[in-house]
Parts: sequence; structure tokens; C-alpha cells
Amino acid sequence: MTQDGWFDDAAGPVVRPYAMTRGRTRSAADGKLDLIAVVVADRHTVADQTLSPEHVDIVELSRENPLSVAELSAELDLPVGVVRVLIGDLLHAALVRVSRPVPPAELPDERILREVINGLRAL
Amino acid sequence: MVYGHSDRGPAQVVDPVTLKILVAGGFGAGKTTLVGAVSEIKPLRTEELLSEAGRPVDDLAGVENKRTTTVAMDFGRITLREDLVLYLFGTPGQDRFWFLWDELSTGALGAVVLADTRRLQDCFAAVDYFERRGIAFTVAVNCFDRAARYPEETVREALDLDPQTPVILCDARERESVKEVLISVVEHAMMVSATRR
Repeated sequence: MTQDGWFDDAAGPVVRPYAMTRGRTRSAADGKLDLIAVVVADRHTVADQTLSPEHVDIVELSRENPLSVAELSAELDLPVGVVRVLIGDLLHAALVRVSRPVPPAELPDERILREVINGLRAL
Repeated sequence: MVYGHSDRGPAQVVDPVTLKILVAGGFGAGKTTLVGAVSEIKPLRTEELLSEAGRPVDDLAGVENKRTTTVAMDFGRITLREDLVLYLFGTPGQDRFWFLWDELSTGALGAVVLADTRRLQDCFAAVDYFERRGIAFTVAVNCFDRAARYPEETVREALDLDPQTPVILCDARERESVKEVLISVVEHAMMVSATRR
């Protein structure tokens, strides 16, 4: 930041992030969507007209590939909290589904851990 | 509302199993470098806006009008198989973001504590955090070109680690080296969970 003022990205977003959620900081659905919960949109989901451009972006991105909450946040350049609310709306409208929204308390079983080790070795 | 789910579509894609490993360490210890060395994507950045939560501890003297703070977390992704994806999250460095660590560490497979021997004290807090919460971690000593090399034992003593906590010398820029570190974390996590069961 310079003395002369803020330009472009340094000025911050033109629209305040939580304006996109109409001021909501949490939604009923986001019991706390984990950062690595995966959002999946059905390939044939037709976005309806009441959705905001950001909602549509999420549906479109996660239709191509299932994406984690963290990736959607990075991709859309929106804070995680905002993305969680938007995903909550889409869940409510049954336009996306989320696999394992809340992280399990236990570690995955030994078989999966071994697969991770083998996968890392093979990289 | 108009939306349709066609049943002509291709077979349902299997939801990937996603796992996360945290990468902690002091400022400049090489967390993002380590993530970048193995990630298949350029490390991405996700941000969290903080408002009320950080207020009691944030020193806002002089910037009393500042209402929100942005905390950035860098992360990378390794697709081990079509349906098995590992995410690496660099933890925010400042101590006042501990509550974000709680969220990050929930469900984490384990953690890497990246240490710089010139500033070993920077990783005390991370070691303490993971020990208290019973999260399996490996201490990876990032061998910076101009830093003196110490044997693993010296680092172990300096950090007062449990005997079973792995200590590995690594180069956070080298993919092979980082792979070894991650394998060590998962192996250690397996061992810890086996002893608990």
C-alpha cells in the first residue's frame, strides 16, 4: 500500500464480501462445512434464475469436477465463510450435494492410510 | 423453482475420500515451499475474514477503525488416486489465529512441523499444540543452505520431543525429500492410532 491511495486489488473488493450472502455469516446447512468437504453438482442440474452469479459459479465449477470448499474459496477468490453460506443455499435448494461435510473424529482405517503411503511413494 | 435431475446421465462419479495434513512452522520456515514441492497445483490461497473473534487479542492501537482482518491459508493438493485426494494446509503463522488451527486440525490425518534450526523457538508453539491434541506429527528440519546442520538427536532434545515422534532432515524445495516427510507423518499416524485401539 502506498501513500497515494489504493488501486486495483489493494483497494479491496468493490462489493463487500458478505453483501453476496445478504449479510448472512452462517447458514442452517453449514453446521461447519469442513475445508476439505467435497461439493458435487449433478451434471444435469439446471441453475434457476434466483441464483446469484456466485452461486452459479459454484454450481458450474463443481459440475466439472468435485471440488473442496477450500478450492472453491480460492477459485472464486472469496473468503471461506462466504463460500460456506453460498454452498448452504445450494444445498438447501438441492442443487449440489456435499460428501462428508463434517470431518470424522476418528482417523481413516488402516487400509486407507496404507493406500496413502503407497500413493505417496508412487508419486 | 426449475431444476432437473436427469436419469439419463452417466453413472454416478464416486465421491473422493479427502484427507488433510497440516504444515506448521514459524514465519519463513518454508511452509508454502514445502506444499508447492509436492502439490499438483500451484499452492492456492484461501482466506478467512475475521471480525469480532480476533478483537480481544488483536492490538488495534492506531487502527481502531479496522473492523476485519484477513487470515490467509495456503494449500496444495495431491491426487493419489481418482478417489483419494490429500490436501496440505499451511497453518497461519501468528499465534493469535489458534482458533483457526482448531478448525484445520479437526479430522486431520497428521501434521508436519517445519523447523528452522536458526529459529527453533518458532516451532515450540506448534509442537505443544499437536502434542496436547494428540495429533500425530513429524518434525521436519528444513536444511537451509546457510544454516548450521545439527543431528536429529540435538533437535529432538532441544524441542523436548517424545521418543516416538519422528525427526527428519529435509529440503522443503525437493519433492522426494518432502514425500519422505509426508510418508513419515502417515506412518506415525498409523502407529499412534494402532496403539490407541
